[in-house]
Parts: sequence; structure tokens; C-alpha cells
Amino acid sequence: MLIIDCPYCGKRPEIEFSYGGEAHIARPLDPAALNDEEWAAFLYARTNPKGLHAERWRHARGCGRFFNAVRDTVSDFFVTTYKTGEARPDATKKASA
Amino acid sequence: MTGQFRTAKGGRIDRAQKLLFSFDDVVYEGVQGDTLASALLANGVHLMGRSYKYHRPRGVLSAGSDEPNALVGLYRDKARYTPNLRAPCVELYNGLMADSQNRWPSLRWDIGIINDALSPLLPAGFYYKTFKWPAFAWKKYYEPFIRAAAGLGRSPTLADPDRYDNRWAHCDVLVVGSGPAGVSAALAAAESGARVILCDEQAELGGSLLSDVQANIDDQPAQAWLAGALATLARHPRVQLLPRTTAFGYFAHNMVGLSERITDHMAEPAAHLPRERLWQVRATEVVIAAGALERPLVFPHNDRPGVMLADSARTYVNRYGVKPGNLVVVATAHDSAYRAALDLHAAGVKIVTLADQRPSPSGPLIDAVRDAGIPLRVGTSVTGTGGGTRVRWVSLSSNGVSSEPVVCDTLLMSGGWTPSVHLFSQSRGRLRFDEALQAYVPGQSVERERSAGACRGVFGLAAALQDGAQAGAAAAKAAGYASARANPASAVGGEAGTGGWLGLVPGASPVKAFLDFQNDVTAKDIKLAVREGMRSIEHIKRYTTTGMATDQGKTSNMNALGVASGALDTPIPQVGHTTFRMPYTPVTFGAFAALSRDGLFDPARQTPMHDWAAENGAVFEDVGLWKRAHYFPKSSEDLHKAVDRECVAVRQSVGIFDASTLGKIEVVGPDAAEFMNRMYINAWTKLGVGKCRYGIMCREDGFVMDDGVVGRMAADRFHVTTTTGGAPRVLALMEDYLQTEWPDLDVWLTSTTEQWAVIAVQGPRARDVLAPLVEGIDISAKAFPHMSVAEGRIAGVPTRLFRVSFSGELGFEVNVPADYGRAVWEAIYASGQQYGITPYGTETMHVLRAEKGFIIVGQETDGTATPDDAGLTWAIGKAKKDFVGKRSLDRASMKGADRKQLVGLLTENPATVLEEGAQLVAGPKQPVPMTLLGHVTSSYHSANLGHSIALAMLSGGRARIGTSLFVPMPQGAIKVKIVDPVFYDREGARLDG
Repeated sequence: MLIIDCPYCGKRPEIEFSYGGEAHIARPLDPAALNDEEWAAFLYARTNPKGLHAERWRHARGCGRFFNAVRDTVSDFFVTTYKTGEARPDATKKASA
Repeated sequence: MTGQFRTAKGGRIDRAQKLLFSFDDVVYEGVQGDTLASALLANGVHLMGRSYKYHRPRGVLSAGSDEPNALVGLYRDKARYTPNLRAPCVELYNGLMADSQNRWPSLRWDIGIINDALSPLLPAGFYYKTFKWPAFAWKKYYEPFIRAAAGLGRSPTLADPDRYDNRWAHCDVLVVGSGPAGVSAALAAAESGARVILCDEQAELGGSLLSDVQANIDDQPAQAWLAGALATLARHPRVQLLPRTTAFGYFAHNMVGLSERITDHMAEPAAHLPRERLWQVRATEVVIAAGALERPLVFPHNDRPGVMLADSARTYVNRYGVKPGNLVVVATAHDSAYRAALDLHAAGVKIVTLADQRPSPSGPLIDAVRDAGIPLRVGTSVTGTGGGTRVRWVSLSSNGVSSEPVVCDTLLMSGGWTPSVHLFSQSRGRLRFDEALQAYVPGQSVERERSAGACRGVFGLAAALQDGAQAGAAAAKAAGYASARANPASAVGGEAGTGGWLGLVPGASPVKAFLDFQNDVTAKDIKLAVREGMRSIEHIKRYTTTGMATDQGKTSNMNALGVASGALDTPIPQVGHTTFRMPYTPVTFGAFAALSRDGLFDPARQTPMHDWAAENGAVFEDVGLWKRAHYFPKSSEDLHKAVDRECVAVRQSVGIFDASTLGKIEVVGPDAAEFMNRMYINAWTKLGVGKCRYGIMCREDGFVMDDGVVGRMAADRFHVTTTTGGAPRVLALMEDYLQTEWPDLDVWLTSTTEQWAVIAVQGPRARDVLAPLVEGIDISAKAFPHMSVAEGRIAGVPTRLFRVSFSGELGFEVNVPADYGRAVWEAIYASGQQYGITPYGTETMHVLRAEKGFIIVGQETDGTATPDDAGLTWAIGKAKKDFVGKRSLDRASMKGADRKQLVGLLTENPATVLEEGAQLVAGPKQPVPMTLLGHVTSSYHSANLGHSIALAMLSGGRARIGTSLFVPMPQGAIKVKIVDPVFYDREGARLDG
């Protein structure tokens, strides 16, 4: 079972968290301005990388807060966690081999 | 029977403490400190089981948890029968009752042995090849037959009466295994100040040291040093010692699962003790000191009782004071069997011959055997055994020339040692093939762990002590403790020796040369698999089932790999290895479940009025975790009679219903209305304080997710209700948008589901029932119209009173603090007596709402229904620029005329109640597969209407109203008329009572 470092509470076991899909996909401010393809891309297209993946987690059975994490999908280890609204740390943008 | 094979002295047993036990109903005597296997061997019993496929007689092979053959069932009482226990791991207690498995009618005379005679017809893949035709025969004949014949032990039939415990633990250094490397690691880590847990699967800590009677450590006998070291560790306040505890699984982020057996070794377990305890240990650093496993030699009939692993025989003699036989032949490819021969010789066992298949072995152990006068034949391999249920002679062969059979009663064998890399491999570390050792050893780590001693190929007592000390010190340092000097104990004796062999021994036939004893896989089977095209070791494994038994191939995998490597003509590292998975040894379901049983596994949520309903005869149904009153039968009423009565009572007078399970969320804050506007399809800005609205929530993809009545309690406060099952999902979605998309909105969300008890009072007399109880709210039709909400008091208790109706009748929903739920319910029930107030359950609630064409989210909708599909277009706030789901609803396909839409159905025969889930088709005679137009979502008999009613989702449904379709059923097609979904009081005249 993974240990996840909640930016608000600290390290807690995985069962306290729920997964929230890929991070940094902002809901368009004016959805009506998007054509169908653009809207479908927002709704459904996700990167699913092999390597570093920025994703949302929620400390559902703790503080209840959403936050972001960078996890290596190959090793399943977390690289970092950070608060919602903060930019993805530059050092984590390179996909691992 | 007495233990005629017991030595006169020595061993870690107490000869004075006699224990009586039975095996297959024969009573034997053992002593304190015995295992079931050692006690049986002491009585000359080698035959302990029958093999899985061929039912061949099998004796005990090893003295540890790698035992593949001697699987027994242990009986304590009718509910306490444990199958498939390995006899060397069963600690003897007085009164123990064991039986052998996989035999009928008896272990000695087993009818299944016919499979052995038929074995040329039962090669690997036999089942795949044979039971394919004819297709119908599989279910009818083959599967029942195979199921009856297959399997190992039988499972107990009663519920497990024992208690199991679980515990979480954290430590700096977890040491797995308490042999010389593990004890040494624990000492070093503890000296650094680290918190240490040392666990070992055996009853006593010490591993191989418990069987060592020759070596010295720090100038003391090895076992004396061990006692001192364990005493030091036991005194240490930051060290926890866990014997009888198997580290069975290595999970992510250094969580290791331990299974501790607490009472299985006790004759009369104390009632307060759990049988087992599951530990979930989170260790900063792990030291794996799991040791190594001795390999059998592979040659024909190597599975005959009396054939044992050499070092296991040494353990039986030295640790348990048991001679495995009187006339022993030793066959080996490794020096370590010489040590076994010497120890048995010293215990008075005659070693007839020591055959070493290596041409010119040399070293101190070889010299010692020569000096002891043990006949040694080098360049000589074992090529067969003879006898019935016990070995009587062995064939030896030298340079392809067979010698005379050698008479014996026991054959000890050693193919060398396989490092136990299971846990390391489970941790996802990469294995590396060591050419010199001809073994897989730990390569690159993934987790924070290190291996020490034999499990990483560091053999020999002195080297293991040193390797362990270094690993323990390094682990403590990595965990943040100042490095203590690794100060390993020094050893004399216990040299490593060299040698080893993988696969079939030179000059031996592969027929009946067993690799995997538990799954009856021979060298011939592996060769067959290769001939039939298997190339990957993973395919060979699955085709032959080698290594797939409960022992996970501990004794067999490397030999199988050796045979496969030869057959494929490919070096072992290129053949690869199979994957190691948890558990290392079988773990009981009880330990995994621990306290999560019954109510702690599947908790029941009860409403504040639950007990009243139970006292008044309610039949309950499960809705999620909730127990909801399904209906309230009177005397002998069945479901239908009770529901008919309840339905009529509500429409004619008044009914009372427990709606407490509705999800409730308090949405509060200056931006609450804006937030509601964005989350729900409805418009909220203009909803006045004291008014309610039926809200519908979509997901971003435009499909209906939840619904419920929302009351505006204040300009900045909404009382939101959700479906019973949907509350957590709705709150999570609200939190998601609030936190991540609109953090600028000033809103707080609080789940209040458990805080409010909700009593629905429905029917033309509802106002009359409530009026005498309500204070501070004018509930007259004029002052408190449909879809009003107000705060006041009822029966002296603060209330949020809603005027809403899910029945179509005049209705109220009384919200009171949960603790007052039952008191207020009883007050309303008393007030309603003069009107014949009728308690009703969820079934009546469903019928009444269906009569009105009200949907249930998740019944009419299924995650692909838009608000328009469900007939709810009227609810959409048309002026709103955006809400969750709006953009998706604007897609052309979301407005197609052929989408499934909510309609009503009427059958020609009013008594016919359609089946929910049944399909709708245009013509019942069309060929299969028919064109499906829709499906029945709700269907009931309506007592109020005097006929059946149904709701359906139907392609282009609204345009089909007035036409007829068919519901094809096994008994024939049922003709249905498509109608408006509102069956009762279309004008809504009854809402005001």
C-alpha cells in the first residue's frame, strides 16, 4: 500500500485517499465557445504516460482537500505532491525512461 | 507405538514430556518440541501423503516450510479442521489429531493410484487436449469428474469459530529471518538505536543455527551463542521478536505483511487469545535474511517415501533427535550433504554409501567423511529407487555404467542450494543470475531493502554472520541512526562448501523423475512442453503447472529451469524465471479478514426510527448499507397484499414513511446560489427563501447523475437532498468543482445526512395529522403551498418542515434532529390514529411515485440518460450561460429524435405485470437478434388504478405514444400500449389534499 504525502496533513496510507484523474486539465471558462471536438478533447482525452504523471488526489478520509501529485507510472512511486492551483514543478516534467 | 527412531540424547526436545497424537486414527507418541513430521519419523512413519495427480505415495521431503509432500489435515473439532498443513511446520501438542489427504479408502491402499499406472496417458497438457470434445460433455461429465478428483485437502464446512486479530506496526528496521544473518543484522541495528522487529516463520528463532551441533561462534557452541544473542535482543527495549510469524508478502513502500500464529501449537488454546494475527508492518528499512532452500536431485522415482533432502535429515537428527532411517545412502552434487552424512554418522546412523556425482570433490568436509570411514563413491549419480511405499534400494551409476542396487531404507539427496529470493522479488527488485553460484540472487533494489546471508548467495556461517551485521548496521544508518560499528561474531565451522546441480542428474531417465512433487510434474513433462512449442518459461510453467502448487515451487523451480534450459538449448539467464508472488506460504482467510467479519465487514446503517419499524413488523431491504423498511405486513399478508393496502391507504387517507436515508448536504455561503446555479441544471437565483425546487444534477458529460428536492432556508443557505445512494458521490463532485475549478466561490459544503431524521407524511389527511403538532408555521394550503419550506417546531422539537410530495398527494417531509426522530415519529403516528395513519415502506413509495411518472435516478436513468430523455427539460434553467453538463447537452447527438425517452406502458391484460429489464420490440416474430427499441425500467401492479403500470425508456418514445409494441418473453410476446408516463392525477389536483 502506497504512502501519500498530503500537502495539508503529511504522509498517510493510500486507503485515506481517492484518485481524481489527470491534473492540470482546467474546465474551459466559456464551454460554449468550444466546438464539439475541442469539448470532447477536454472531456475525454487524457495523456496516460509511461513515466511521470501529474494527477489529482483527494484526501477523502482525512482533510477532504484535493491536491496534485506527480507519480511515476512505471515504479508507482510518488515524486512529489503539491497544492491545487500550484504549477507542476519543472523538474517533474521530463518523462522517465 | 514407541519412538524407536529417537536418538538417546541431544536435540531441542524434552524427552520427558511425552505427547500422544494420532495420524489416520493410529495413536503415536511424540515429545515436547517435536513437529508432526519429526514425531512420525521417530515412529518410523515416512508415508505421509498421496500426490495430487498420480496419487503416488509420498513421504516427508524436508524439515521446513518448503515441504511439498507431507500435507495433512488437522482436526480439533467439527468447526476447526485445517487442511493442507505441512507436517514439518505443525508443532506437536498432546491430543493432536491429523489425517492424510488425497487418498481413498486409506493412505496405504489408495484407489487413485490407478492414475499412476495410467500416467503415460496423463502427460502435461492432458486436460487441455482431451476434454475439449464434445462441447456439451465438459459441463455434464468432465468438469464434475475433475472437480471431484482434484484438489488437495477438503475445506471445513462450518463457519470459522476462531477470532483473528490485526495490528499495524512501524519500525526502523524489519529483519525477516532469524538465522545467523538475521540475528546478526538485528543485533547490529539494535545497537545503533533503531526500532527493530525480527520475525521468523518457525516456532523458535535461530534458523539453521538450531540444527548446528558442530560450529562455534565467538568461542561458544553455536546454539549457546544463539541463546545469548536472543536474550540480548529480548532485553532490548526497542526490539520486538516475533517467532511463528511468516513475512508472507512485500507490498509497496516497504509494507510487509506478517502472519503470526498464536494458538495453533497449543493443546488447549486460551479463550482470550486470537488464533492468528495479521501484522501490517511499515518499515523504514527491511533486511531480508530468508536463507536458502536445498534442491532435490532429479532422477526416476525420486519421490519414494524415505527419500529426503540431506540437510533436512540433518535437522531431524540434530534438532529433533530423530534418525530418518537405519541404512542411509547419501547422493549429492554439493559439499553440504557431507555435513549431513557426518552428523548422522555421529548420531549412530549407518551411512551405506555417499555417492557424489562430481568426479573429484575436495575440501575439508570431503576429508572429514573419508576420515570417518564413510564409503565414498565419486563421479557416481543416483539413477533410481526401488521399493513400495518406502525406499528399499537405490540404483547408482558411474560413467553410464549402473552398479548393483544398493540396499537402504533412506536416501538423502542434495542438489545444492537455492537462495530464497521470494520476498526480494515480491518487492519488485530485479534478480541477477550468478554464474559462479548457478543461482538467481538479488540484483537491483526498488524498495528500501537489502538482503543478507544465504538469500543473496552469501553462504557459510562466518560469512552469513558478517553479512548480516553489515546489513543491519547499514539499514539502521539508512533509517537515520548513527552508524554503530558492525561487529560481527566470528565463527569456526559451518563452512559453505561448493557444488550444485540444476535439472536431471547425469545418466538418469526423465520418466517419473519428479521436479514439482506437489503438482506431479516430471522432467519428461517439461521436455514435452518444449517439444510442443512452449518457449517462454512462463508458458512452460502454465502448460505443465510446475511451480504452481501451494509451495510455489520452492524446491522445484530451479530444477525445472535447468531441464527447460537443456531442452531449449538456451542458457538459464536467457530462459528467464517466473514471477514470485505473495503469499510466501499459505495464509488463512481468517488472518486476512481479521476483525472484518459480519457487521464490521458489512456495517448496517439504521435510521433513528429503525427500531420502531422492527417492533411494528417491518420487513427490511438493503439499500446500500442502509436497512430500509420494505413493507409493513399485517398478519399473513405477503409483499403484494401489504403494498396494495399501503398504497390505497395513502391515497385515501394518510401514510407515514421513513425518508431519513435521503442524502442531505448543507450548502452555505455568500456564493451559495451561484454555486447551485453551476452545479445543477436548474435556476436558483430567483428561488425565494422558504421555497423548494426539484433539482437535477448532471455530470460534465451531460447525463443525469442525481436528483432531489432543494430548499432555500436563507439567501445564503440551501438544504440540498440527494438520492439515498448518491450522497457521497454528489458531495465529492461538489467539492471537486468548488476546490479545483471555482476556488473563488465563497461556499461551504457539509454532509448532514446523519443529522436529520426525515418523516414523510403523505395523503389527503396529512395536514390534519400534522396541524395539532406544529408550532410557529402556518401550514394552511394558502400560507404553505406545495414546494414550501419553513423552520418551526413540531411536537416541541425544532424542525425544517417541507411541503413536498413524492406520491402526488398532499405531502410533508418533517426534518428533525436525528435524536428526536423516533419521538416525533411516534407523536405523528399517535396524531394520525384517528385517520388510520398507515406506515408504509419503500415498495409502496416506489409504486406511488411510478403512478405519478416520477423517475428514480439509477432505475429509469442508467448513466446514459439526459434530462430531456427523462422528460425533465422543463427543469433546465434556460437563461443560464453555463452549468455542469450544459455544453455536452448542446451536442447534436444529445438531441437526437431516436434517443431513449421516458414513456409509460399499459398491458392489454390488466393483471399482467411486466418484468423490469424486459426489452421492447416492434414485431415479436422478427428473427433473432431482434431490433431492440427500449426496455422496461419500472413495473408494478397498481391497486389504486386497478391494473398494472410500467415505465420504460424507449427510442423516440414520446413520438410513439398511442402506438403498440411487444415485450418478447419466454412464454410468448406481450403486447403493450405506449402511453404518457403519468398514470394518476395528471392535473395534479390532489397535491392540495
